[in-house]
Formats: sequence, C-alpha cells, structure tokens
Amino acid sequence: MERKKPVMWGRHITVRFGEGCDYCRTHTNLEKGRCPKCHTIWAVRDVDFQVYPGEILGIVGESGSGKSTLLKTLYFDQQATSGEAYLSLYHEGKENFLNVSSQQKRYLRNHMMGMVYQNPMLGLRMKLSSGANIAEKLIAAGGRDAGRMIDRSIELLHHVEIPTERLRDQPRVFSGGMQQRVQISKAIANTPPILLLDEVTTGLDLSVQAKVLDLIRSIQKELGIAMLIVSHDLAVIRMMSDRTMVMLGGRVVEEGLTDQILEDPLHEYTQTLVSSLL
Amino acid sequence: METIKRNDYNFAFLDEGSKREIRRAILHAIAIPGYQVPFGSRELPIGRGWGTGGIQLTMSLIGPNDTLKVIDQGNDDSVNAVSIKRLICSTTGVETTTDTAEANIIQSRHRIPEEPLREDQVLVLQVPTPEPLRSVDAHEAVTRQLHADAEYTGIWVNLFEQLLTRGSAFKGADHPVMADDRYVMNPSPIPRYDNPKLDHAQCLYLFGAGREKKIYAVPPYTKVESLAFDDHPFEQENMEGRKCRLCGAEHVYFDEIFDPETGERYYQCSDTGYCLKRQNEQKAEKEGLR
Repeated sequence: MERKKPVMWGRHITVRFGEGCDYCRTHTNLEKGRCPKCHTIWAVRDVDFQVYPGEILGIVGESGSGKSTLLKTLYFDQQATSGEAYLSLYHEGKENFLNVSSQQKRYLRNHMMGMVYQNPMLGLRMKLSSGANIAEKLIAAGGRDAGRMIDRSIELLHHVEIPTERLRDQPRVFSGGMQQRVQISKAIANTPPILLLDEVTTGLDLSVQAKVLDLIRSIQKELGIAMLIVSHDLAVIRMMSDRTMVMLGGRVVEEGLTDQILEDPLHEYTQTLVSSLL
Repeated sequence: METIKRNDYNFAFLDEGSKREIRRAILHAIAIPGYQVPFGSRELPIGRGWGTGGIQLTMSLIGPNDTLKVIDQGNDDSVNAVSIKRLICSTTGVETTTDTAEANIIQSRHRIPEEPLREDQVLVLQVPTPEPLRSVDAHEAVTRQLHADAEYTGIWVNLFEQLLTRGSAFKGADHPVMADDRYVMNPSPIPRYDNPKLDHAQCLYLFGAGREKKIYAVPPYTKVESLAFDDHPFEQENMEGRKCRLCGAEHVYFDEIFDPETGERYYQCSDTGYCLKRQNEQKAEKEGLR
C-alpha cells in the first residue's frame, strides 16, 4: 500500500533565546527548557513532526512547553534558530521554507497557511470592518475583484454563523467567540491546505468553546484542510485531534494516536497530564 | 520692513554642497520612479510643512535664466504661493509668471495645471505625507521592507474598507498610484481629477517632502496607474455640466463658491492662471473684432 505524503513536516526545529553554552548544548533534559548555567531558554528543541492531508494534529503541553512558539515559527512570527520545515505544495516539498526570503514567506502565509491566534487582537485589525478583515486574506493572495470578495466575506460569515448584516461592523464590538469566528473565516478565506490554531478556545465560556470547536470540526470535514491545533486543554485535544504530540520543556516527549496517548500514556509527564484530566 | 538683498545669500539660498546633494537625490529618484529617496532636508526661513520640500527641489534646480511659476491649490496669488515666490526671487532674481506655458519650473501645492506640460518643463509638488503605507504601519523600517517586497495589501485593504463602508474606494485627494508597475506612491494631495495627468506625461514631476525628508519622481513618459479594483474602475470627480463663471471653461477642475446671501453656487476654474489667460484671450478677441 502506498504511504500518504505529509502536507507539512518539520525536522529538528529549534528556537533558542540566548547563545547557549557547552552545558545546555549537551544536556537536553533541562527543566522548563532553561539552562541553569547560561540562562538560555530552549523554547523549542529538536522537534520533528508530520501533518497528513485532512488530519488534525494536536499539540498539548503545559504553559511554556514551546507549543505556541512552534506554531509561530511555522507561521514566521518567530525566527527558528535551526531546523527545517517543508510543505508538499511548495516546491514539491523540496525547499525548507523556514529559510526563504521575506517575499516568499508572505507568499506562503497568504496562499498556503491560515492562522488563528489565541488573542484576536493579533489576527484581526480591530479598526476595520469584519468584511475587510476577511478580504485582507483574499487581497493578499492577489484578489482585486471587490464584488467577489464581498460575496466571499458574506458567505464565510454565514458559514461561521455570524449575521451577514454585521459585515460592516468592526470586530472590536463583537464578543470573544464572534471575534474567534471572524478570525477562523479570515484564516480559511482562500482555503489554504493547512490551518494553524493556537489555543483558540482559551478564555471563552464552555458553550462558546463547544460552538467554536464544532465549527472547526465541520470546516475540517467539509474542506479537508489539515490542521495543527495547540492547546493546554486535554479535553479539546481529545475531541479534535487524530494524532497528538505531547511537549515538555521545548521537546516532544510522546507522540501517537490521540486515543493511544490518552488510554495508554507512556511518558511520566503524559501520565500525570492524563490522570489530572480523569 | 527690511528686504532681502540678493547678495546677502548664496544664489538660491542653499549652499552649493546642499544643492548638489539634493540634485543627486533627484537623479536617484528619477532612476527609480515612485521610490522615496531620503535626503538631508535643510533649514529654511519658512516653517516645515509649508512647502519646504518643494522649495529645496526648486532651489536646487533653478538657474538665473529660468522662469518660475508658483501655485497653491491652483492659485497664483495665495499667501503661501506669494511667500515662496518672494523667497526664491529675492535670492535668485529670476523672472516669475502666472502663465503655465511660459514657465519652465512650476512649484505647486495640491494641483497640476490645466495646460498640458511640455518636455522642457518641471513640475515640483509639495508633499505633506509621502508614505502611502504610513496608515498601514507607523514604523519607517517596516514600510521600507514592505516597499522592497512590493507588499501593498494594506493599501488595498484600506481602499476595500472605504468601498465597503462608504460605497466608494476613491479618496478625494492623494489617491495612491502605482508608478511604473513597481512602487505605490502618494501623488501629493492633488485631486483625483489630476491623477491621469501623471500617466505618460511629457514633463518631469518631482515630489518633495521637507518635513519627512523624502524626494521622489515621475520621469517623462512613465506609466502611472491609479489604484482601483477590477470591478470598480478609477473615476475622476465628475465636472460634467459645470462651467466657469469667469471664463466659461468646461471640463476643467472647478472650485465651488457658495454665496450665502443669494444661496447660489458658482463654479470657477481652480487654476487661476489658466482662467486669467482665457479671459485675456477672450478680451483680446473681442477688442480685435471691434
């Protein structure tokens, strides 16, 4: 049987804040990723991952484990210290996209990726209408037909269950859940092959959380977009992801099918995490 | 009041080194249409934001045999135009004119003259905000990177927002243009009516921003396109059905004058030099007929 090719994969991705020293270069098991000698922070260390088409890969871990930094690195909000990452649709997966020019990075962000941040202030322009926020992604990808872009914005707002008459309203007058839904509309506006979601339900009440998660699930089923979901909430990961990666101190300590991770955790940290949930 | 004597200052006020630096920046700007070239904006006996960018360009280019015209919003006699003319004339002794065709250096604020300009003419425009991306990002380092990457999404999004919320994607003045299919630039706050005059023009357009310390240019016969969406083509202000009350001109840019006593609205050529020329021609024609 032919094995599916991942849509995105990374090898040895490292993000380090500080120069590092001989001690921390040789000791990988640093507490909270911080070197006790030179105080360098190893936010992400030697991380490998693969996301397959139509799959949801969950990344779980405590605060400061490096999961958001990994996502920000893949979306170019953070510079990687070293490592490689590839997209199957970009140069047939032969070019490490972490080292490309700023123009190419913009191209990748605009055409091949969507990002939903935990804080909507990072993903939306609060002084622009929600319609213009969604259209921004289309314009960035070369859209110059205003009528079509308005129609697409209306369609997407309808899809995320925001009344379409609120097209001209600024997201700052929306509730937190609505702002997240506008962010999701913007991220999927040009149907990218991969969607990155960083703690999208944090800070929302339970009923709104459920709505947002249902929406993400339905989008994934409908459009077949591969997703990378970061969360510190194991319940979200259990509900959403097909496979899960557990991070601790910037490193991946366990990886596998979500059911397997939750039912039969191997690493001590994962066992603590799962037992705290149950 | 003591008048300035020409010999009290260097020719055209600025020292020769400064003029040479500004001319180098101009050449750089001409070589890359629409690209903003930084320059060391000099102190002048006129406040920053009152046309100092334009004055420095004019002072660097003007020679003793040139003929100068200065206009402010189309008007030859406004305070700003008269003050600038006085400063330049008192330090150079050049001739001035109100006739566009007679001048070879024209300094202007907010308007391009109605008469088409020729290859031997230079139009210097005073620019308050040279950076079209300033509303997108406040940081100079970021806007320079965006220009380098030809990343103008932010400008298009602002136009889209305007279309969505106000029904028109066009700004009243300073509507951004794409110069030579590469750089988006602010054409200084000229009305949209004047934007098409930049495209494939015979003359050289120079833009100077003294406060922002930038010079940029549109060389002769350069493609200049006003930004517009595919399904909302660029539109100028509609001047149809309007006529100048003084010279009877049509299809030019008008100032609207409201008479509060009678409640009537009049239209008058915004370019006063053009209007006066037409009136004089009409007068001469009438006298000739008599």
